[in-house]
Amino acid sequence: MNHKKEQLLLDVQDLHVSVDGTEILRGLNLQVKAGEIHAIMGPNGSGKSTLANVLAGREEYQVDRGTVRYNGLDLLELSADERACEGIFMAFQYPVSIPGISTAYFLRSALNSIRRYRDESEVDPIDFLEMIRSKIELVGIDEKLLQRAVNDGFSGGEKKRNEILQMAVLDPKLAILDETDSGLDIDALRIVAEGVNSLHADDRAIIVVTHYQRLLDHIVPDHVHVLSEGKIVRSGDKTLAQELERVGYTGLGVDDARART
Amino acid sequence: MSEAKELQELADKEYKFGFVTDVESDSIPAGLDEGTIREISRRKDEPDWLLEFRLKSYRYWLTMKDPSWAKVDRNPIDYQQIIYYSAPKPKKTLDSLDEVDPELLETFEKLGISLNEQKRLSGVAVDAVFDSVSVATTFSDKLADLGIIFGSFSDAVKKHPELVRKYLGSVVPYTDNFFAALNSAVFSDGSFCYIPAGVRCPMELSTYFRINAEGTGQFERTLIVADDRSTVSYLEGCTAPMRDENQLHAAVVELVALEDATIKYSTVQNWYPGDAEGVGGIYNFVTKRGLCKGDRSKISWTQVETGSAITWKYPSCVLKGEQSVGEFYSVALTNNYQQADTGTKMVHIGKGTTSTIISKGISAGHGQNTYRGLVDVKKGAEGARNYSQCDSMLLGDQCGAHTFPYIEVRNPSAKVEHEATTSKIGEDQIFYCNQRGISTEDAVSMIVNGFCKEVFSELPMEFAVEAQKLLAVSLEGSIG
Repeated sequence: MNHKKEQLLLDVQDLHVSVDGTEILRGLNLQVKAGEIHAIMGPNGSGKSTLANVLAGREEYQVDRGTVRYNGLDLLELSADERACEGIFMAFQYPVSIPGISTAYFLRSALNSIRRYRDESEVDPIDFLEMIRSKIELVGIDEKLLQRAVNDGFSGGEKKRNEILQMAVLDPKLAILDETDSGLDIDALRIVAEGVNSLHADDRAIIVVTHYQRLLDHIVPDHVHVLSEGKIVRSGDKTLAQELERVGYTGLGVDDARART
Repeated sequence: MSEAKELQELADKEYKFGFVTDVESDSIPAGLDEGTIREISRRKDEPDWLLEFRLKSYRYWLTMKDPSWAKVDRNPIDYQQIIYYSAPKPKKTLDSLDEVDPELLETFEKLGISLNEQKRLSGVAVDAVFDSVSVATTFSDKLADLGIIFGSFSDAVKKHPELVRKYLGSVVPYTDNFFAALNSAVFSDGSFCYIPAGVRCPMELSTYFRINAEGTGQFERTLIVADDRSTVSYLEGCTAPMRDENQLHAAVVELVALEDATIKYSTVQNWYPGDAEGVGGIYNFVTKRGLCKGDRSKISWTQVETGSAITWKYPSCVLKGEQSVGEFYSVALTNNYQQADTGTKMVHIGKGTTSTIISKGISAGHGQNTYRGLVDVKKGAEGARNYSQCDSMLLGDQCGAHTFPYIEVRNPSAKVEHEATTSKIGEDQIFYCNQRGISTEDAVSMIVNGFCKEVFSELPMEFAVEAQKLLAVSLEGSIG
């Protein structure tokens, strides 16, 4: 799958993270190459969302130990907006609304912030509209949604599609989908998955964080990792997800972390 | 970027209008008595009736007490320490803009207000007021062709005394309040505007107020009269140098709309707010009121208040004409130690009168923001309607937002609605923007702009852009 040299895009070593003094990640290791799709699975409370958020740079998450190298950079040194400008994108589990700011304006501001960071020229509203039209079809949303305030009054499905639309426009190197399947019906799930698949590229890695196997019927991962109590306890190929579906987390010898702590 | 460097950059661009223009000024010494008032009137070569108006106001003011009911914490004002009249020394009487002191023209250029008509946006006529006097008015000849009178108040007193005499004090009587009485006694200049019957004013009219001299108060007077079926849109802007004393700005604005007339009055107020520790800044204590005198007349106030140490004002509408309409759209931002106690009064007198109040208060730093408003439906206001919406946004946990809506309804057919919300700018919203590559500072400004959208959409186009930028600058450094 990866034709380029065997260089890691993301290298997480012995990562320990706590929130409000409670340790959530306890020595996590993860290596991701460009072009790969990784699935991170695990029961509630295992630290999946914490991993996604800490990679995206959320401040409430305290890194106690470990290193994260991303594309030759010390990721933990960068602020959240710098990480985004360096090509990290997170599709939110619960996208927030910004009343009074149109989706089009928001997305163009984001794109131009990133372009300025890279010393590229800004995109004017006319060119932007042109460019976004093709992406809209990709995620199957109504163009009118662009004129509505960001996620304000959006249905669950519209919010998730809007996340994928943003991913398509911002063209990240590393995309992290945090429980993107939650709250989606089967049709919406399929559309979102198709959108993600069409963005699969040799120079982009995708990390899919999910509780359930069902999203992985549509987005086929190269690697599957099972997270438990803040550590990866099993890794394998896509068949691991299928096994998990059959026997459940306990069948794999993975307990619900919250039951133990 | 290191935090220290970031902070330094913010400090550097705090208030960019804080410079002082070095012009020789002609001032009356500080202090106030009848002699001061006679001297102001003499220098302005005023008719006796106006001097009488001033003296009557002054004598009334002497019987009043400096009010203290607003939710603001301020130093007492020593009215004997204020210079009530300061004018840049004129070389001679001005016949055209070419004769305006280049130093003054340059000052206004620096403020982004070009008084050079060729360079000026063709859609806006400007009256520029520097300390106590109007130094230039653009496009007045062109407007005169349509019968529109637009220029300095002093000029209007000389050329159109009958109009000034008829309407001066007719909306805000000198007995109205402490600062209105003071203004009526010592006002020096301001703008006057008259739109004749049936005329739709083809351009935005604008007054730009600049306080320059040290120790002066600015007491301007604005009077706008829109005759039957006429329409006008008017905008005022304000700035002042950075000083560590508090300077008083106590203006009076009166609007009169006759039958079927519409007046839209927009303010972008950016007086010097004081420094980050709350030292200095302008005390902006202003009385603004519009009278919808004729049936179906309409007065709309839009204000964006980002400056001043203390803002204390309630642009109001007296809805006398049947089916007349009053509107108030406000954004008030307080950062650092700024305080604002602002809102409106909608007085429904005529039948079928309607009013709308949209107020957005934003508090950051140690800022205190109060909305205070009155909806007063009188007995005869059959079928009157009001809708009020007051939203507050807090940035950080050291600031405050307060809402005091007063509603008095004496007619049972009236409908009055009031909605209020308070929200805290969310870490989640900021992180969401950050994750899309948008810096925290830009994110805050974007979220706040979204919050204010309903008000900004009421501003004339180019000023809406200006207001958004101003808000961004005023918010700088408000989030850690």
